[in-house]
Amino acid sequence: MTRLWRWLIPLSALPILVLLAYGFRLNPRDVPSPLVDRPATAFALTTFEGQPVSLEALRGKVVVVNFWASWCNPACYEEAPVLERGWRAWRDRGVTVVGVDIQDTVEAAQRFIRQFDLTFPNARDTSGKVSIDYGVYGVPETFFIDRQGRIRHKHVGAVTDEVFRATVSRLLAAE
Amino acid sequence: MTPELGQAALVVALALALYGSVAAGVAGARGRATLLESAQHAAVGVFVLLGGALVLLTYAFLTFDFSVRYVASNTNLGTPFYYRITAVWGALEGSIILWGTMLAAYTLVVIFTQRERAREFYPWVLAVMLGVLTFFLLVMTVAAPPFQRLAPVPPDGRGLNPLLEDTGMITHPVALYLGFTGFTVPFAFAIAALATGRVGEAWITLTRRWTIIAWYFLSLGLLIGGWWSYHVLGWGGYWAWDPVENAAFMPWLTGTALLHSVMIQERRRMLKLWNLALVILTFSLTLFGTFLTRSGIIASVHAFTQGAIGAFFLGFLALVVLGSLALLAWRWEALRSAGQLDSVVSRESAFLLNNVLLIAAAFTVFFGTVFPLLSEAVRGVKVSVGAPFFNQVNVPLFLSLIFLMGVGPLIAWRRASRENLRRNFVGPILVGVVAAALFWVLGVRSALAALSLALTVFVTATIVLDLARATRARLRSGESLPRAVGGLLVRHNRRYGGFIVHLGILVIALGVTGSQAWSVQTETTLRQGEVAQLAGYRIRFDGLAGNEESNHFRVVGSFTVTNGRATPAVMRPAKKFYPQESSPIAGVDYHLGLREDLYIVLGDFARDGTHATIKVQVNRLVSWIWIGGVILTLGAALAILPERRRPA
Repeated sequence: MTRLWRWLIPLSALPILVLLAYGFRLNPRDVPSPLVDRPATAFALTTFEGQPVSLEALRGKVVVVNFWASWCNPACYEEAPVLERGWRAWRDRGVTVVGVDIQDTVEAAQRFIRQFDLTFPNARDTSGKVSIDYGVYGVPETFFIDRQGRIRHKHVGAVTDEVFRATVSRLLAAE
Repeated sequence: MTPELGQAALVVALALALYGSVAAGVAGARGRATLLESAQHAAVGVFVLLGGALVLLTYAFLTFDFSVRYVASNTNLGTPFYYRITAVWGALEGSIILWGTMLAAYTLVVIFTQRERAREFYPWVLAVMLGVLTFFLLVMTVAAPPFQRLAPVPPDGRGLNPLLEDTGMITHPVALYLGFTGFTVPFAFAIAALATGRVGEAWITLTRRWTIIAWYFLSLGLLIGGWWSYHVLGWGGYWAWDPVENAAFMPWLTGTALLHSVMIQERRRMLKLWNLALVILTFSLTLFGTFLTRSGIIASVHAFTQGAIGAFFLGFLALVVLGSLALLAWRWEALRSAGQLDSVVSRESAFLLNNVLLIAAAFTVFFGTVFPLLSEAVRGVKVSVGAPFFNQVNVPLFLSLIFLMGVGPLIAWRRASRENLRRNFVGPILVGVVAAALFWVLGVRSALAALSLALTVFVTATIVLDLARATRARLRSGESLPRAVGGLLVRHNRRYGGFIVHLGILVIALGVTGSQAWSVQTETTLRQGEVAQLAGYRIRFDGLAGNEESNHFRVVGSFTVTNGRATPAVMRPAKKFYPQESSPIAGVDYHLGLREDLYIVLGDFARDGTHATIKVQVNRLVSWIWIGGVILTLGAALAILPERRRPA
């Protein structure tokens, strides 16, 4: 083998390394939800303050439905301030945030709400029906619903300010 | 205070490891004894600090220190005592500390045992091992810090992944990591051989036992993993070709190839390049395995721990692969074989074929594992490669390997004469053929199972033949039978240790064959008092009960089982509901037996206890897989004893 040819040995490993690096750009959990672009299933729950909250009543608004739990650490803890900020910034422009607490105890959930000073409606999904209807397989998961009541985007993991702003303004712009 | 102390220990250890690695490297290049001395001290320091950090993390778990994010994420107030200890390595950050501590321990043992024996290689070996440690410490301090604080401190933690609450999880990761990290030693020697240009047989002789140790722990880790999968996951199997399983299986395959191919180099001075490449490949595959498990680039049912550390691992993997292959290219001229293959019918070629088959198996597993990634890159389609692909490709390879297992140890080196072949193989082949006929008469109608069993008998016959012949020779010289056999095992521990490992693999093959060919199962819904029947078992549903456990709620079914032979037994499969999990976890109940296991999983049930759905399996011969593991352990233990053969 000539001097130069042998350097092909290390180079032969490059394609595999490149393929693996490519793998980073993908998220294997990022299976597109079949619910996207379909009408969101209606739900009616009671908030921790005892107020009714239903999707029907919010028709005409962009609704951000966030599934969370107090034991969901750290992602739910990271996104709680983001959701509160988003709610405060966009509520006057026709956007509502609804928190759905799943598989939790009332005390722990209320502690969580107090800790982050959450002011948007939060309700417990006591029977688990809502989370099943929305195909939630882990918390947090967030669904962005447009003014016509269709799910337009599903976000898995903690929502960031950018995701919130970009998605909400896209849905507001669309007629 | 504990977290800060732990974090500080890791940072200091990182500095020490980095310094030690560079110092040992310079000592290797320039021959400075004082630098080497100080690198050694650094290595001892790294071990002490890492061990200390592991103890501190364990302490944080035992005292429920939820101010540490990692503790809060992996335990809660209900976690029982011993699972709080195993929770330490229940996720990424703690696993890496355990991993690093083991590697540091290996480094310490290398210092104590190889300093004098392997003088020429030693500085480079130390430099490589400390270099690898530096990487892991970098991960611990930058990418996945285990001692990170959590503010505000939650009143309770999230809890351990319930699937990991099992005794198998105490030992499985430990064994697996000892296997993975163990391959760092042969790798370090290989790099030392390349760096110094001493690519002869010396490094192979020095690392033989290290390779066996690493290989053994890896085997043990795989077997315990299988046991865990079998009795915890509740699907009734022990191997699913899941990416994470494959990740541990690939280095096992190449490591097995290495164990065999080094013998050819020792004996015939061939395959220098091949052996170095195998060591590099095996070590790279251990890194690749960790990368696969930890980066989350491939979805897997048990990619328990994911993090942003994928890039770190990929970078290090690239450094290792490209760096060592470049060294290989650089030493190209020195790697020419001194010997050559004399005949196709020889032990060398049997071993070569063994290597080709093992590498082929490793390649198919690799291909199947990364194919989903490849497919998405090229066609943009998400696909998954399932068990059928792996089985179809690997079963013929493994059956051929079993055949070679009988041929390799008895066929002559260089060129096998007709006489050698007749003397060693006519008998065992006849035994194998007769066994196949017998199995047929006994009702084995699956050709694959019959072939597998016949091959197993054939290989066993070759081992018995060899042992009988050697024992007879000793008996003739007037030794008693126990002394003769004992003497053989001790004097030729390497050969007979290998044979016993082969027997262990055969017994495992028996278990795999039996469970694949003859297991039966059924799924049925029973009303209270109703009876299900399967393979001679009658299973009566007696009722349901609920218990509140420390960290979950458990629904237990009660079933009376009779099979006409033994007294009725009550079996209690359960379903466990953990507050932090969205779906319940199965609590399998099983009766293990040499012939078959009865295995019951509780499915859906009515809340009032009037009916319940169960899955019943009668799994045949599965216990032999675990028995094979014990035999394999004995063989490996015998093989790593220092050789005590008297000079002839």
